[in-house]
Amino acid sequence: MLEASGLQCARQGRTLFRSLTFSVAAGERLRIAGANGSGKTSLLRILCGLLAPNEGEVRWKGAPIGTLKEEYTKEIVYLGHAPAVKDDLTPAENLEISCKLAGLTVKADAGLARLGVPADVPVRKLSQGQRRRAALARLAVSESVPLWLLDEPYAALDTQAAATVDALIAAHAARGGAVIFTTHQETGAGASRVLELHG
Amino acid sequence: MVEAVLCVVRRDLLLAWRRRSDIATALLFFIIVASLFPLGIGFEPNLLRAIAPGVIWVAALLSSMLSLSRLFAADHADGTLEQMLLGASPLGVIAAAKAAAHWIVSGLPLALIAPLIALQYDLPAALTPVLALSLLLGTPVLSLIGAIGAALTLGVRGGGILLSLLVLPLYVPVLILGAGSVEMASAGMGGDGQLLLLAALLVASCAFAPWAIASALRISME
Repeated sequence: MLEASGLQCARQGRTLFRSLTFSVAAGERLRIAGANGSGKTSLLRILCGLLAPNEGEVRWKGAPIGTLKEEYTKEIVYLGHAPAVKDDLTPAENLEISCKLAGLTVKADAGLARLGVPADVPVRKLSQGQRRRAALARLAVSESVPLWLLDEPYAALDTQAAATVDALIAAHAARGGAVIFTTHQETGAGASRVLELHG
Repeated sequence: MVEAVLCVVRRDLLLAWRRRSDIATALLFFIIVASLFPLGIGFEPNLLRAIAPGVIWVAALLSSMLSLSRLFAADHADGTLEQMLLGASPLGVIAAAKAAAHWIVSGLPLALIAPLIALQYDLPAALTPVLALSLLLGTPVLSLIGAIGAALTLGVRGGGILLSLLVLPLYVPVLILGAGSVEMASAGMGGDGQLLLLAALLVASCAFAPWAIASALRISME
């Protein structure tokens, strides 16, 4: 599905990685491992097209993602470091809006219930972990999106929520989706492959 | 695509409503700045009438500037802007929707309240529709041009001042045409020419600004 060839990334004059080549097939769960500052987040941002690599290219089903634009972004879910939820909106409003922008029509309540987030309390009043859950509820309603790119999905989660995320990732891979995620903890969640970045 | 536009506009209006005080500050700023001049200059009807269009327009410019830095900054900080970049509709469309919401919150109220401000300057009643119309046509241009600057200065330290330096010079044509239309009308020559030029400026910026905002956002987000 996704092929990366000869990727090189330099930030602030420091080369994070060079000639990085790999591909991800349907049903795979690729974990990107590496120390802090080894370029895990930059790699994910390159893969979803937010950051242009200094060299190399990313291809989705054979075509460079730069030429696909919305055709590609429609096919991915990217959850970054920031939770991407607005403090002044409720989790239900947040989820509905982010799904509508992604071109999905979903039942927000079901997704939030899966992650155990109250639907109608302003996000401002939720704890850090509940905020993460509200953001991750996006996964529970994105079964139809083939590629998931998750930056530290387990950060700030308790064991129960982490287990839910594990289950969502496993189910997605089982139905033929692909998941690429970063984590520096050894949770691993049954990653089918590990890509190690050396800073 | 239309759905995405409506979704973004509704979202931004909802957020603005939940933070009503922010709208009120920009509007109060406009009212206070425009009211300081009659107090400072003193009661000289002819002078006040002469400076009214210019002063009201400058106050509108500054007030519209105030809320610009917030246009993308909050979305940038909490990560929702990234999600917009990765949305299913072109970024230019989203950018246009953000600028439209900014105008509804910061430009439209100015055009509606300007006739009241004009009273303080003893502007003839025949001129207030021209003033309101010029603001209605001109403030969307301010939002669109301002959004380009806001997108370019996203995440830059001291971005607020930089934004003013970048955007205020670009506002000059709007200021000249907007204030000029009222002055021409008061001289009895009719402000139609300036108003039509303002409308042309609005059409042109509607066509080009969204794509400029989108490119600027992509650069700032790297």
